[in-house]
Amino acid sequence: MNKTVNNKAWWLVLPVFLMVAFNALVPLMTVVNYSIQETFGNNEFFWSGTTWFEQILHDGEFHASLRRQLVFTGLVLLIEIPLGLAIALCMPRQGPWVSVCLVLVALPLLVPWNVVGSMWNIMALPDIGLLGKGINALGIPFNYTRQPISAWFTVVLMDVWHWTSLVLLLCYAGLVAIPDAYYQAAKVDGAGPWAVFRHIQLPKLKHVLTIAVLLRFMDSFMIYTEVIVLTGGGPGSTTKFLSIDLVQKALGGFDLGPAAAFSIVYFLIILFLSWLFYTLMMREEAR
Amino acid sequence: MAEIRLENLRHSYSANPQTDEDYALKRLTITWQDGGAYALLGPSGCGKTTLLNLISGLLTPTAGKILFDGRDVSRSSPEARNIAQVFQFPVIYDTMTVFDNLAFPLRNRGVPEAEIASRVGEVAGMLELTKTLHKRASGLTADGKQKISLGRGLVRPDVNVIMFDEPLTVIDPHLKWQLRSKLKELHLRTRRTMIYVTHDQTEALTFADQVVVMNLGEVVQAGTPVELFERPQHTFVGHFIGSPGMNVLPCEVRGGKAVFGGTPVDAANIGAANSRGRTELGVRPEFVSIASSGIPAEVVRVSDAGRYRIVETRSHGHTVKLLLKEGGEAPRGSTFLSFDPAHTQVYEDGWMAGAHR
Ligand SMILES: Nc1ncnc2c1ncn2[C@@H]1O[C@H](COP(=O)(O)OP(=O)(O)OP(=O)(O)O)[C@@H](O)[C@H]1O
Ligand SMILES: [Mg+2]
Repeated sequence: MNKTVNNKAWWLVLPVFLMVAFNALVPLMTVVNYSIQETFGNNEFFWSGTTWFEQILHDGEFHASLRRQLVFTGLVLLIEIPLGLAIALCMPRQGPWVSVCLVLVALPLLVPWNVVGSMWNIMALPDIGLLGKGINALGIPFNYTRQPISAWFTVVLMDVWHWTSLVLLLCYAGLVAIPDAYYQAAKVDGAGPWAVFRHIQLPKLKHVLTIAVLLRFMDSFMIYTEVIVLTGGGPGSTTKFLSIDLVQKALGGFDLGPAAAFSIVYFLIILFLSWLFYTLMMREEAR
Repeated sequence: MAEIRLENLRHSYSANPQTDEDYALKRLTITWQDGGAYALLGPSGCGKTTLLNLISGLLTPTAGKILFDGRDVSRSSPEARNIAQVFQFPVIYDTMTVFDNLAFPLRNRGVPEAEIASRVGEVAGMLELTKTLHKRASGLTADGKQKISLGRGLVRPDVNVIMFDEPLTVIDPHLKWQLRSKLKELHLRTRRTMIYVTHDQTEALTFADQVVVMNLGEVVQAGTPVELFERPQHTFVGHFIGSPGMNVLPCEVRGGKAVFGGTPVDAANIGAANSRGRTELGVRPEFVSIASSGIPAEVVRVSDAGRYRIVETRSHGHTVKLLLKEGGEAPRGSTFLSFDPAHTQVYEDGWMAGAHR
């Protein structure tokens, strides 16, 4: 058979390419553009090379917020992933309670982010908030506007409340998809609950967990709204995470160049860490 | 090793069953002898898997008892019953190697590693898995995975019964034949009770000493392949076993004869018939022959089936099939049929007249 070789089919990709370009590439390139130039307004730009990058990479404030960000994201992942998985394992898999549980569990995901922030802001108020007052009543001093520990506790708790459901729902979907035959075989083979978890449920949930970790990592690494409403980055700058720092630099200081360089470094860190998580969690597959 | 007895066993998947229709397993009393090779044969949805899951303890019966050597285990866990079961679709533990998969049932029971190695080695040898023993199980083909499932069923030497639920459906035809003979060979060697579920009659008849035929949640007949062939207790068994199946023709019982379309016919069990209900005559194509007088019939079609030919005739508005050995003239046009009286049975409401139910 005679094959005609031509590449005209590539033209069919053009619309998608244009869409992606306007969605992602053009804005990104604008930022890249800012990051290597200097401007004093009036739309006049001067070449500045890697100056802004060097400045950002040597900026102590940036280092501090990056460290805070890593600790926060680490804590959030360490709590939300096991907790979501554990609750998913306990949820009923059939019967009338399934839909009730699912709706209850999905509720936090439906609350707008700034509302989440205000809710927790009010709830944690030491004098009138349920949480704040309750903790103080226990004899533990709690004031999230003054003590960094209290602020961190509230921020982490808020994120756990807001996002554990996502992990839970992903895990639940993964669990429900495991065919009954696996559990039956395990019973016949004399496997206990731990062996069932270790050899059936966990391996079958691997892909779902990878997705959960990636989503939670990316989201928590970019957290802004809830924290800005809850603590505004304080007390001091103890809860100033990367995105808060970025916004302060870009809008507050109107330093377009350094802020653009910051954005790119921020983006590259997320890209790199996502890749790292993905390869680590998927490395078994390759063997 | 144990004799397994099921007494008035019933099972329904609905919480409060009302009628017989609600039962996936209507009522079953049967004894599986220790060391027997049984085939459980029946059409899709007749309750075969339900029965196996009841024996293994994955399901708890709605009513009735399960006795292992006289001990009531109706409510014990699968582990306590010490049984092995191979499921219809391969179940493997993805993260483990083939070796660890096969060793899993033994490890869970705390068998010493040295013994595990020898048991696994033996089973792997039998199933030709030795070369892949240290590969990850998830990388194997469907055939390989089902072999692992089979292997996990065979690896424990002391089980009361091994149950196979259509284990070879996903396996290649040539391998299927080979694995089936291996199972048979294993049974002869170890004399462990085996129950083999299938809806393929050749598979059942070649594997088992005893075949249990089920239909609509009931056992219709249990017997040796020869019994099922020569004396089907129910027209369903006559249809289901044999190819082509038994001819079932409406008849009347009059004066010690079965009358089919006006022609009196002798039947082996005519003495037991009391012409209650719907009466039918059952005769296998193997026991019908062309004669010079008898039942008038019209030859419709002759088809070649290898070593014999299938002749399809019409008689009194009903199709009657018969088998002819190779060679000789193919009959044509109008002719007469004769039924072998020793292998012609009268059925009342589907059941063989005189059969104890
Ligand atoms: N988990 C279940 N819940 C409700 N009904 C079920 C369930 N499993 C089986 N049944 C019903 O019980 C009947 C018997 O099913 P079973 O699986 O035992 O049939 P089977 O003989 O094994 O069929 P197959 O050859 O298709 O495997 C069927 O009518 C089926 O629809
Ligand atoms: Mg079945």
